[in-house]
Amino acid sequence: MSNPIVTIKNLSVTYPNGHHALEDVSVNLKSGSICGLVGVNGAGKSTLFKAMMGFVKPTAGNVSIDGMSVRNALKKNLVSYVPQTEEVDWDFPVLVEDVVMMGRYGHMGFLRRPSKTDHDAVAQALERVNMSEYKKRQIGELSGGQRKRIFVARALAQGGNIILLDEPFTGVDIKTEDSLIDLFQSLVAEGRLILVATHNLGSVPSFCDEVILINKTLLAYGSVETTFTQDNLSKAFGGMLRHHQLIGADLHDDEDARGVTVLTDDERPLVLYGEEGGKKIVRTPKRKKADKT
Amino acid sequence: MIDTLLALITEPLAHEFMQRALLVSILIGTVCSIFSCFLVLKGWSLMGDAVSHAVLPGLALAFVIGIPLSIGAFIAGLFCALATGYIKDNSRVKEDAVMGIVFSGLFALGLVMLTKIETDVHLLHVLFGNILGISSQDVIEAGTIAILCSLIMLIKRRDFMLYCFDPAHASVIGLRVRFLHFGLLILLALTIVSSLKAAGIILVISMLIAPGATGFMLTKSFDRMLIIAMSVSIFSCITGTLMSFHLDVATAPLIVVIQAALFIMAVFVGRQTQGMKEVSYGT
Ligand SMILES: Nc1ncnc2c1ncn2[C@@H]1O[C@H](COP(=O)(O)OP(=O)(O)O)[C@@H](O)[C@H]1O
Ligand SMILES: [Mg+2]
Repeated sequence: MSNPIVTIKNLSVTYPNGHHALEDVSVNLKSGSICGLVGVNGAGKSTLFKAMMGFVKPTAGNVSIDGMSVRNALKKNLVSYVPQTEEVDWDFPVLVEDVVMMGRYGHMGFLRRPSKTDHDAVAQALERVNMSEYKKRQIGELSGGQRKRIFVARALAQGGNIILLDEPFTGVDIKTEDSLIDLFQSLVAEGRLILVATHNLGSVPSFCDEVILINKTLLAYGSVETTFTQDNLSKAFGGMLRHHQLIGADLHDDEDARGVTVLTDDERPLVLYGEEGGKKIVRTPKRKKADKT
Repeated sequence: MIDTLLALITEPLAHEFMQRALLVSILIGTVCSIFSCFLVLKGWSLMGDAVSHAVLPGLALAFVIGIPLSIGAFIAGLFCALATGYIKDNSRVKEDAVMGIVFSGLFALGLVMLTKIETDVHLLHVLFGNILGISSQDVIEAGTIAILCSLIMLIKRRDFMLYCFDPAHASVIGLRVRFLHFGLLILLALTIVSSLKAAGIILVISMLIAPGATGFMLTKSFDRMLIIAMSVSIFSCITGTLMSFHLDVATAPLIVVIQAALFIMAVFVGRQTQGMKEVSYGT
């Protein structure tokens, strides 16, 4: 497996209606890591993905993937995309296996007639996300977590080394979230690069290696330990977060001055504990592999 | 018994104008039904409405300049589709509002032009078609466009289907999304042009929606939806054309009535299967 490297240089995107969605964003992403793309609604997370997918044209700057232009990288099926749940028409007349097969279209000929390789890739991908028994279901007949899985399976069938996931945790319960995270970690262990757009703060430290904080412009980018701090998050979310703090005497009976800070929007809260009211992050330990159920 | 049934079919077909009518209705029934699947899935019903209305000023202008009417119609239809997209992208008005303005504006312009200039274009024929008065020349023209469009849509149906379902994924696997988008718009304009003489710009809208909507109600897979839509449409065209002869009623409207009736039946049947689906719904 080659090592995908994504270079985003001074990227700006303005939509045709004049809305500036991104301004001067520069980051370099390496393979073998999970990177969280964090920002409020409307911060430009999906737009950044669309620029990496050749779906919107940069007004300035550029994206290159493995040293190639986006267009050439896409032709080589290097990039896969798992859409936001709200963007999918769940009434569309397609079965689970049809959707996963769509991942193979780029490998097929003019008529898009699947070969044995294509059928095998679909079967394997479905197996990997534990969805084989649902392959004849229409996609609307699935639960929230299953819906996510089939689109992840489509990305796997496609075989791209770079997987973009847009808000994969909205509308799924904690247990499903955990099993998705397990799946992502096993994919990254094989040398892929996974980019996860989320506004779900609480789980970021437990599965991301790196984090990009954006709000139209790049606010911070780096490893979770150094970047995912209360100061940076306040910059990213402004007044959007509920913020609870318990410091020193409120929390401890002794002279201990450390404190707890809980940051939450509407999902899993982020808990910071340490000096200065938890301003220095104490990283929540990496999730251990959940037991297979 | 069988003889009388057979006579129901052979008697109309003894007339050459009925043979032409049947042939052209089957051809446009096919192309409209294939397109209707994409139209329904893409949520483009209003776009079909818009493009077909917008054809009117093109017809009038073509008559004035003296070029073939279908070329004028095609250009006007395509212009409407592109203008709608352009205004939507570059303003904050919602797409349906833009379409409403663009297409009723163009339609009204066409009406104004037709009342001012002397043409041999009958407004009623333009609006509702004149399938029984169709010439061999018309059959060849409409048939060529219809067959060409049908073949393109059937051969590239997977790409178009993917574009309707998930354009972002289509882009990500390297398909040319803009190409597919404009391809569909051109196919829409061509489909309408091929149906103009037979069905007219009002009735073609229904032929462009009903079969796909019927297929959508009855199945969960795209290829089957396509087959149902085509079957329903061709069946309606054959029975409608033959029955209109015996009942002595207008042909194209009768075809549309049959398609609408089949759609309503499908709504009820579809409801039932949907109900069963929910009961047998495990996780
Ligand atoms: N197609 C579009 N046309 C115009 N503006 C858009 C379009 N898509 C998104 N936007 C705007 O761009 C901004 C960023 O959107 P998006 O990237 O979807 O944010 P996020 O995914 O972080 O919630 C938002 O203000 C949104 O309204
Ligand atoms: Mg988004």
